Amino acid sequence: MQAFVLKRLLFLVPTLLAASFVIFLMLRIGPGDPAMDYLRLSNVPPTPQALADARTMLGLDRPILVQYVDWLKQALQLDFGTSYASQRPVLPDLLHYLPATLQLASVALILTLGISIPLGMWAARHPDRLPDQIVRLVAFVGVSMPNFWLAFLLVLLFSVQLGWLPAMGRGAWTQLIMPALAISFMSLSINARLLRASMLEVAGQRHVYYARLRGLSERNIEHTHILRNALLPIITATGMHIGELIGGTLVIESIFGWPGVGRYAVSAIFNRDYPVIQCFTLMMVIVFVLCNLVVDILYAWVDPRIRLAAGEAK
Amino acid sequence: MTGLDQVVAADEAPAARASVTWPVRISIMIVCALIAAAVLGPYLTPFDPNQVELKSRLLPPSSLHWLGTDHLGRDMLARLIVGARISLGSVCLTLSLILVLGVAIGGTAGLIGGRTDQLMMRFTDLFLTVPTVVLSLFMIGVLGTGLINVIIAIALSHWAWYARIVRGTVLSLKTREFVLASRLSGAGRIRTFVEHLLPSTASQLLVLATLDIGHIMLHVAGLSFLGLGVTPPTPEWGVMINDARQYAWTEPLLMLWPGLALFISVMAFNLIGDAVRDRLDPHQRREHAC
Repeated sequence: MQAFVLKRLLFLVPTLLAASFVIFLMLRIGPGDPAMDYLRLSNVPPTPQALADARTMLGLDRPILVQYVDWLKQALQLDFGTSYASQRPVLPDLLHYLPATLQLASVALILTLGISIPLGMWAARHPDRLPDQIVRLVAFVGVSMPNFWLAFLLVLLFSVQLGWLPAMGRGAWTQLIMPALAISFMSLSINARLLRASMLEVAGQRHVYYARLRGLSERNIEHTHILRNALLPIITATGMHIGELIGGTLVIESIFGWPGVGRYAVSAIFNRDYPVIQCFTLMMVIVFVLCNLVVDILYAWVDPRIRLAAGEAK
Repeated sequence: MTGLDQVVAADEAPAARASVTWPVRISIMIVCALIAAAVLGPYLTPFDPNQVELKSRLLPPSSLHWLGTDHLGRDMLARLIVGARISLGSVCLTLSLILVLGVAIGGTAGLIGGRTDQLMMRFTDLFLTVPTVVLSLFMIGVLGTGLINVIIAIALSHWAWYARIVRGTVLSLKTREFVLASRLSGAGRIRTFVEHLLPSTASQLLVLATLDIGHIMLHVAGLSFLGLGVTPPTPEWGVMINDARQYAWTEPLLMLWPGLALFISVMAFNLIGDAVRDRLDPHQRREHAC
């Protein structure tokens, strides 16, 4: 198990290096001129002299590889440059907003798993009967619902009409419910259907048939023989949902006045604030890759077949 | 019949009848209506979708304005209808771009093979690692805002799945007799690919593409909602939802209509996508349970 984790951790280094290089390269070769945007955001008229000065100052006159190595050296010392718009260092600002985003995304993840697993089990227990149809309907609504629109509908119902939940802000736990639900609705719909399909598939396998022949109780069979095996694809899917949940958080934040990294990033994208875009993207990649690492470790922990195979490979 | 056989039989039954159910028929009708709205657009309604009429702002639904008017007195129905053109148009463009990129990159990697293939697939994996929303936000950061750039950004964040499918099929088929026969009879690599390999992946690509339509629609609307794609006054559903924000609590209908249009269209495309998958590719049914 340790060897498995260590191997995956070592694999992170080339992944992040490649990602950072691609991010850097694309921002440099893309249309638009960073020096021009720098001048625009600093409210300096773009005279040829000012452009040339900005280019020298930002190091844009040197070969791209040299620029990248310099950027990497600074990045390793946690210096990701200063924002063109605010003239403040990028990393502290992003780290200031990041916890709120991660908090919301985590609650959304908990909701996804907490709702989809019972829902999927319920549907699998009664295939093609009423519960299954209900879950199927919920799932179809879920995958087709624009999350930002759902957010407004929730506010309209629970804040404006019923007055049960606060419409905006961050602080009390009640303020987490609606944004987290709006973000997680799509993932939990997909997960519930996936678990249903997976449980029905496992239920058709021999070991379940023999467990039933051995006279084990249905409850025992469902929990230890079916659910545990059926959860494996759910763990894989969750790895992918984490990305969707973080993406959803970035969109939803503005509706609920949630002080997360989304609004900061969107305004940076709007302004073409290169250092912020670069640092934000890399940060999201790191968060996502780390989450996937946790998912993989969890997968190996739940499924001894993978754990043992990794141990032998050593 | 043993217990195992029963389970297998029960599992195969829904696939056979899934494609003719009434939700699918209704979905096809909705999609036809959408296409009609997108093509005929302005001819379907007497109102100009961008005509500002401050006297008649925020009117409730009436016989003149079927869905009421927005905060600038523009007819909601006219704007919704014209919005269908942008929504469907951007989906078509995005999907064509995705297919071109996916087929070109996946096909090249599979045909050349060896180290080039390895390198190209590592590059493809990089695109698969990052969540699509983050990737498309980054791409817009690279390219700048605007509808065309949003379309390119979404295409760039989706092509990798298609490339993998094409490459997989090419790799598994390229040593088969019919492909070798085509090469021996003098057809070039590209001709062999187009005539003999591409048709084999077509059904898989079609399934993935139909299932992706709804996703892409939501993506375009979401980015426009954030103000990165279509800009006002162009009537696009995501923009209309964003426009309605300041009136959300007093005039909730303004927000309801464009959201409903988006929701129903996406749902129709998803239902059709599911039916197409059940028809063409029953094996995939379990992988994408929805």
